[in-house]
Amino acid sequence: MAFFERHKADKIGDAVFRGVSYFFAVLVVVLMLFIFAVLFKESLPSIRKFGLKFLTSAAWDPVQLEFGALPAIYGTIVSSIIAIVIAVPISLGIAIFLTEMAPKGLRGPIGTAIELLASIPSIIYGMWGLFVFAPFLSDHIEPWIIDHLGFIPIFNGAPLGIGMLPAGFILSIMIIPFISSVSREIFQMVPPIMKESGYGVGATKWEVIRKVVIPYTRSGLMGAVILGLGRALGETMAVTFVIGNSHEISKALLDPATSISATLANEFTEAVDPVYLSSLVELGLILFVITFIVLVFSKLLIGGFSYKGGRP
Amino acid sequence: MRKLLIAVVLMLLMAGGSSAADLINGAGATFPYPLYSKWAYEYAKKTGIKLNYQSIGSGGGIKQIKEKTVDFGASDAPLTAKELTEAGLFQFPMAIGGVVPVVNIKGISAGQIRLTPDVLADMFLGKVTRWNDKKIIDINPGVTLPDDKITVVHRSDGSGTTWIFANYLDKISKEWHDRAGFGTAVNWPAGVGGKGNEGVAAYVKRIKGSIGYVEYAYALQNKLTHAKLQNREKNFVDPSIESFSAAGASADWKNTPGFSVVLTDQPGKNSWPISGATFIIVRRQPEDCANAKAVLGFFDWAYSDGAGMARSLDYVPMPKNVSEIMEDAWTKEIKCKGQAVWKR
Repeated sequence: MAFFERHKADKIGDAVFRGVSYFFAVLVVVLMLFIFAVLFKESLPSIRKFGLKFLTSAAWDPVQLEFGALPAIYGTIVSSIIAIVIAVPISLGIAIFLTEMAPKGLRGPIGTAIELLASIPSIIYGMWGLFVFAPFLSDHIEPWIIDHLGFIPIFNGAPLGIGMLPAGFILSIMIIPFISSVSREIFQMVPPIMKESGYGVGATKWEVIRKVVIPYTRSGLMGAVILGLGRALGETMAVTFVIGNSHEISKALLDPATSISATLANEFTEAVDPVYLSSLVELGLILFVITFIVLVFSKLLIGGFSYKGGRP
Repeated sequence: MRKLLIAVVLMLLMAGGSSAADLINGAGATFPYPLYSKWAYEYAKKTGIKLNYQSIGSGGGIKQIKEKTVDFGASDAPLTAKELTEAGLFQFPMAIGGVVPVVNIKGISAGQIRLTPDVLADMFLGKVTRWNDKKIIDINPGVTLPDDKITVVHRSDGSGTTWIFANYLDKISKEWHDRAGFGTAVNWPAGVGGKGNEGVAAYVKRIKGSIGYVEYAYALQNKLTHAKLQNREKNFVDPSIESFSAAGASADWKNTPGFSVVLTDQPGKNSWPISGATFIIVRRQPEDCANAKAVLGFFDWAYSDGAGMARSLDYVPMPKNVSEIMEDAWTKEIKCKGQAVWKR
């Protein structure tokens, strides 16, 4: 009898637990829909006034109330791409070193140091970028780039130390810890027996990493990169400090630009006119949609990449 | 536990219900924030009346006073008489400040380079692009200017400082008027944007050959290299408390509807051309009489006893004749339940 009652109590507990879990899971979805709905509602005045032209126009005139999102979208995407291009090889290198090559005693300290980098608030990166990194870039790196690579249009411009390229650099430093620590975790999940069989047939370390470890972890690595990309797309303060905040699309990566989040951080406080405010909210909505598309795209990619055994 | 809860609730209620005359809430412009917080501190020490000022920006201040969430708003740009009447508001100037062009040119120290309105406008329009341009050399005989590119630095955030600066360019240059106009943020024809006075200052210090504009007290405290500017009477003047006062004194406060005076490009031999007053905005018909009286009491004290503190913080207090005009206007214009709130 006692056993039976116990069983019943367990059932109730289970039901409650399930209910609570359901609630929180659904809550996340509801919250997201809610955010989307509010952003959409608040950007209606701007959507009505500018329509689709908002996406293709490069105007940004708070006096005449003419707004277009193109420079901000361009800046957001290009600075994030620069960040990914720089951060991915470095992060993979770090992760491979830590899992495959580093002496045991070194793995802990270096791993912790990288994770610490991830916990530095972004405004610190912004200030460091502006006061330390930008001067260094404008005195040493950018003059060299202009002299030696200036014949390529994207590497022309003035060595200000502030602009699209510096923003990409800072972003890459910020996302390296994310990508590298996630990829390290993933590399550690490769079953030792697979690597050992690789070495067993006489493969070198390079061959094992390239032909066993990376193919096995491909979908996870994709996830790590997307995590970094997500962070780069939405990063605000650090970018605001170094991107130069200019609503223009310039061929040269050395020139100042702007991003969606930097525009929001800069202009929200003084946007009094309803159309101005609504245009800023619509920028937020666009960022929301871009992030969503990136996520969906990555899910599809991960699906396509997942390891099916044997040769990829 | 329950007792504790009740006690907490009671305390919250008491805090909320404490007499509204003991606490004044204000919000708005960031430019006068150091001054208002200094005044608030001294005033609370003397009278026990606390002032809570949130420096959220002029736009936010105007919005909040319209929505009646604060007792006063503060703005660096005056509202027009029409806007004031429509919203049932009243404004008066509290202090004068100036906006200063600051430069970073090799071998040039503070006040050494002279600029005319035309050249300044051409630089910010992106038309004069090198420091050894003939237009600049012509007005700076005897000064060696390098062959460096001019980089314009402006504010990236909306700000009253930008409003004053752009308003000046708008007045002196037709082309600026057509291409950019003025506002707390404008469509900049050239340059990079820094966030806040500190952002502009950092960029100007960083970038060789740059020119930016910051609020005077900020330029002074950070030892930035300012340029001399030619005023309406063709004199080259340095920015100083005296040259801002000169601009303020020449304005016709009494006959300007809504006291909507903009101090840019004012006449006067010594006037600094990019000056501006910062304004307080209150409701014409406040509902809480005691609180409205406390607000005006504070600003009355600030006009008289606060003037010295303003100077020590590099702000220009309102001249006595101006503050008298304002206090007379308080009596006439601000009514609570049909009664004048302020009597001198």
